Amino acid sequence: MKNNDVLPLKKLRFFGLGKLRPFLRNYKFLFAAMIIGRFITGLFQTFVPFFQKYAIDNFIGGSTLDGLAIFIILYLICLIFIAVMSYISSYDCCKLEMFLLRDMRRASFNHLQTLSVAYYNAHGVGHIHSRVMSDTGAISSVLSWDICEGTYNIAYVLSAVIVMFVLNPILALCVVLLIPLATLVSVYFTRKLTKINRRVRHINSEITGAFNEGVTGAETAKTLSIEKTLDKGFMAHTDEMKKEATRQGHYRALFTSLISFASYVALALVLWYGGIITSIDTLKNLGTLTVFMTYAQGLIGPVQWAVDAIADFISVKVNVERFSALMETESDVKDSPEVIEVYGDTFNRKCENWETPKGDIEFKDVTFVYPDGEEKVLEHFNLKVPKGTNVAIVGETGAGKSTIINLVCRFYEPTEGLILIDGKDYRERSVAWLHSNIGYVLQTPHLFSGSVRENIRYGKENATDEEIMKALESVDATKVVEKIGGLDARIGEDGNSLSTGEKQLLSFARAIIANPAIFILDEATSSIDTITEKQIQNAIDKLMEGRTSFVIAHRLSTIKNADIILVIKDGKIVERGSHSDLLKQKGVYYELYLNQFRQERERSFPEAS
Amino acid sequence: MKKKEFTSAGMLGFFLKGSVALFAASIVANLFGTIFNTLVPQIISVTIDSIIGDEPLNKVSSFVVDLLGGIDVLKKSLWIVALIIGILALLIALFRYLETYLTARANQTLLRRMRNTTFSHILRLPMSWHDRQMTGDIIQRCTSDIDTVTNFVSNQLIMLFRILIMTVISLIMMFTMNLKLALIASAFLPVMITYSLLFYRKAGRYFKQCDEQEGVLSTYAQENFSGARVVRAFGKERYEKEKFEKQNVYYTGLWVRVERFLALYWTTSDLLLAIQLMLIVVLGTIFCVNGEITTGKLLGFISYNTMLMAPIRQLGRIVSNLSKANISLRRVSEIMNAEEEEYGTAEQLSGDIEFSDIIFSYDDKPVLKDINLKIPQGSTLGIIGATGSGKSTLAALLDRLYETERGQITIGGRDIKDIPRSTLRNNIGLILQEGHLFSRTIGENLAIAREGASDADIRNYASLACVSDNIEGFAKGYDTILGERGVRLSGGQIQRIAIARTLMRRAPYIIFDDSLSAVDSETDLTIRKNLKKEFEGSTVIIISHRITTLMNADNIIVLDDGKIVEQGTHDELVAKGGIYKKIFDIQMNLPEELKGDLQ
Repeated sequence: MKNNDVLPLKKLRFFGLGKLRPFLRNYKFLFAAMIIGRFITGLFQTFVPFFQKYAIDNFIGGSTLDGLAIFIILYLICLIFIAVMSYISSYDCCKLEMFLLRDMRRASFNHLQTLSVAYYNAHGVGHIHSRVMSDTGAISSVLSWDICEGTYNIAYVLSAVIVMFVLNPILALCVVLLIPLATLVSVYFTRKLTKINRRVRHINSEITGAFNEGVTGAETAKTLSIEKTLDKGFMAHTDEMKKEATRQGHYRALFTSLISFASYVALALVLWYGGIITSIDTLKNLGTLTVFMTYAQGLIGPVQWAVDAIADFISVKVNVERFSALMETESDVKDSPEVIEVYGDTFNRKCENWETPKGDIEFKDVTFVYPDGEEKVLEHFNLKVPKGTNVAIVGETGAGKSTIINLVCRFYEPTEGLILIDGKDYRERSVAWLHSNIGYVLQTPHLFSGSVRENIRYGKENATDEEIMKALESVDATKVVEKIGGLDARIGEDGNSLSTGEKQLLSFARAIIANPAIFILDEATSSIDTITEKQIQNAIDKLMEGRTSFVIAHRLSTIKNADIILVIKDGKIVERGSHSDLLKQKGVYYELYLNQFRQERERSFPEAS
Repeated sequence: MKKKEFTSAGMLGFFLKGSVALFAASIVANLFGTIFNTLVPQIISVTIDSIIGDEPLNKVSSFVVDLLGGIDVLKKSLWIVALIIGILALLIALFRYLETYLTARANQTLLRRMRNTTFSHILRLPMSWHDRQMTGDIIQRCTSDIDTVTNFVSNQLIMLFRILIMTVISLIMMFTMNLKLALIASAFLPVMITYSLLFYRKAGRYFKQCDEQEGVLSTYAQENFSGARVVRAFGKERYEKEKFEKQNVYYTGLWVRVERFLALYWTTSDLLLAIQLMLIVVLGTIFCVNGEITTGKLLGFISYNTMLMAPIRQLGRIVSNLSKANISLRRVSEIMNAEEEEYGTAEQLSGDIEFSDIIFSYDDKPVLKDINLKIPQGSTLGIIGATGSGKSTLAALLDRLYETERGQITIGGRDIKDIPRSTLRNNIGLILQEGHLFSRTIGENLAIAREGASDADIRNYASLACVSDNIEGFAKGYDTILGERGVRLSGGQIQRIAIARTLMRRAPYIIFDDSLSAVDSETDLTIRKNLKKEFEGSTVIIISHRITTLMNADNIIVLDDGKIVEQGTHDELVAKGGIYKKIFDIQMNLPEELKGDLQ
């Protein structure tokens, strides 16, 4: 896998915007309309003070009200024009923001559907989630609002500067000289503040963590009587937060007051020099003076805005880098073009070309190294699993029992060697084909929020209620469904909360309804009580008849009858054979069995009383 | 003693202690800043009318002008006016700095106080309260609700004061300048206020919808990512894609609607303001031509008008946030109004433990019934019983994590209800089955139990609990950080670290609440041997499922359904042939094929 997230991020030019071209391309017109509209708004905003100037020069200076009606009409037209342009451009801007956001989220979500399980194992849900939800948000907001506001402010500043130089070059200098000064000040403070902001955010997340511990660790805190110690630790965090955030307040206050000071200084300069020329020729210059006073106060704000926008562009670079790294990650389990030609891709399957599998599986000289590891987990491994064979995999927690299953499911592919299904390399058929023929039940069952029906239908899209009920019955889950209110009852985040055991029952039904040729069980029965366990064990046994199955077992009592038992230690297969063969060997399996035996006995205690 | 409950307002008052003066100071700074700010247009209008032009001065301004050397001097040296504005600019900057800084400081003071008080409060709330809460909900109250309240107070509430100050001062200025114009200008005030209120009331609903949909979308993505294996295994990529697409498009549509609404509000209210200004300019011009107002005064008036109108648009937002902040405050108050446990002072305890006629129910379900039990000082008591038979409750009652309903527990003859909780918990080392390790280093986790613990102490107790070898096996040893960002330990390691931590307290009473369950039998034996050697004279209570763990206790009780059904030494209980014997048989019984191998 090209693991771009881990490599040092490449330097991106133009804030990495080139990477986003495919997304921006769709909205060329919207983008152009926004920029043009905003530019015109900024331009016309500079002209508004001229109405005041005209009123002072012509009506007041000339002591006449002739042409006032036309003046009002023009003034009003100008205002309405600005309002319309501003509305259009800001509406364009929101649309641009939301559409970009939608497209980027869609693209990244869909791309993630094509990535292998290895990617999810390497990155963690929180990490992936923030790529799709937060990075996209930051990027689209900068691309729309910062460009929108930036255009307006640049238009305003440019046009104001030109107008000022046309009206009076010397007066213009008084104001314009302040622009580079304000820019320098803004750059200095923006940099400083960005750094402090990062620190404040960091401390804040630590405080949230501390709250979490205070709640989850309350009982421990009481038994150890360490409330005061924990208080002290917490207060150290909040003290630091206060210190840093107050420092942040200090810089922000300094920044705003400096900017305000600068604009007043510009005003004072204008009044000084402007006053002199006005007193020489009041009639001609009073209006000009008012225009300059407006600009002197109105120009610093946009400069500050423009600097802010640039700062945002710099900081969004990180988001762009992370987002594009995700988009450029290619799945390490990928169908070849020839396979796609026949079988279809992830989203567009050609089911009509799919063969019905028998269920013969063969590992042929397979060597396997995990993408993030170096050790050979499997080395020249050979295993024939004829149709209907039950393979059990045992070993201590963390010994690497999942490897075989990861390979069978093609979550990973062999580093060397072949895995044959019905005598054919499974890479010659599509991943989707394989998956549609595998029934899979996890140790920690994952159900989706939604109704029971939706969840069971995950195994078979058009399953009727009858079929669903039959599947539920076969694993004795009807009682659970009745208890929570039938097939329409909602489960998951927004509905009923089920115990792990109940979830396992439902995920069983989900797998059973798919009627797969290959069945995979990752110790699905660990959290079900002993009586229910017996019942579904029967169902499982019945179900496995005629199907090829792989079972990761933590409790050895459940797999005594398996055809082949693979014993894993430190990631490698150390023994294989049937239960009685392995006991005779007196090796690892024998030890495991003895240990488990003791524990099983301890566990049997509650029923004894 | 029942603490009095806080009302929302009372609660806010309580939290504001220590920051209210800072907030007040920031408002005063704003008042001064605003006053200096309003002087500038006044100076400009006088300059234009009388220094550049030739209008006569009024009383106040002629007094000031005379102070500066008279109108003729000023006419020649306009730089004096510029200098005065420069000085005013400095004052304005100074007060603006003070205002912003003080607000930030006040905000942080308030935030710290709210966080500190809720944190300590939560730690001191009884377990019966904790059991009823969901962790996520409490965290949300402690983080985002507190943030909402502090932000409202320091941004919006303070803004309200600023708007008030600005409005009053500009209105005074405007009315003294020209009554007619001022009346026309202020006629727009109620219009703007109403418009803003109406808008935000509607927008509030829209925003809520968007937030909810954002939650839906986010949860959906979360579920897909955490269930990636299931999605792959069932080949449901396309189904997932379509489901996400639906939510994503709906979410986008909601936001576009809100944003269009927002854009409409801002442009129309901008337009309204601009039209109001236009009206002032036009009417002002007419008045000017008629000689009712001077040019300078008109320009000054326009400046005040802008100061007055611009912030009014924020009123709607403040009002709409008020209800949100109020809800958050109530949610925080609910935590604060729950009653804390009282702790009292810590002292040394000794003597026998005696349970007499203890009855205890939890959620109306009886857990313990008629428990009578004596544990002589220095002896070891073993407790065995099925899940839910009340074993852990017995330990929790002794530590006063819960209060007995009826009956009495005494230590050395003193009713534990008369013993302060600090004393009790300092003298009883209760080791929970799933003790919480804090996200800090292993060394710090151990040291937390005893102030001033030395490195040697820490190592010593870690080796008593048979965990020192594991710890030293980590690359960073005792400096290994635990928790989310750190190393993940096995259940047995966690239990042994928790044991070591409690042992560090050297309490005269030690309770193992099934806290050896994930430790293998051999290590279990070593730990108990170490305990016997190092803690002679301590009273020990061991709760376990494992017969071998309890065998050597001085007295063993068997709990069944909240009652003591058997009691005696191991040999007595085996001889008796009851439940204990049955458990003993199952645990010691061997299958035929392996007989002999297990010994």
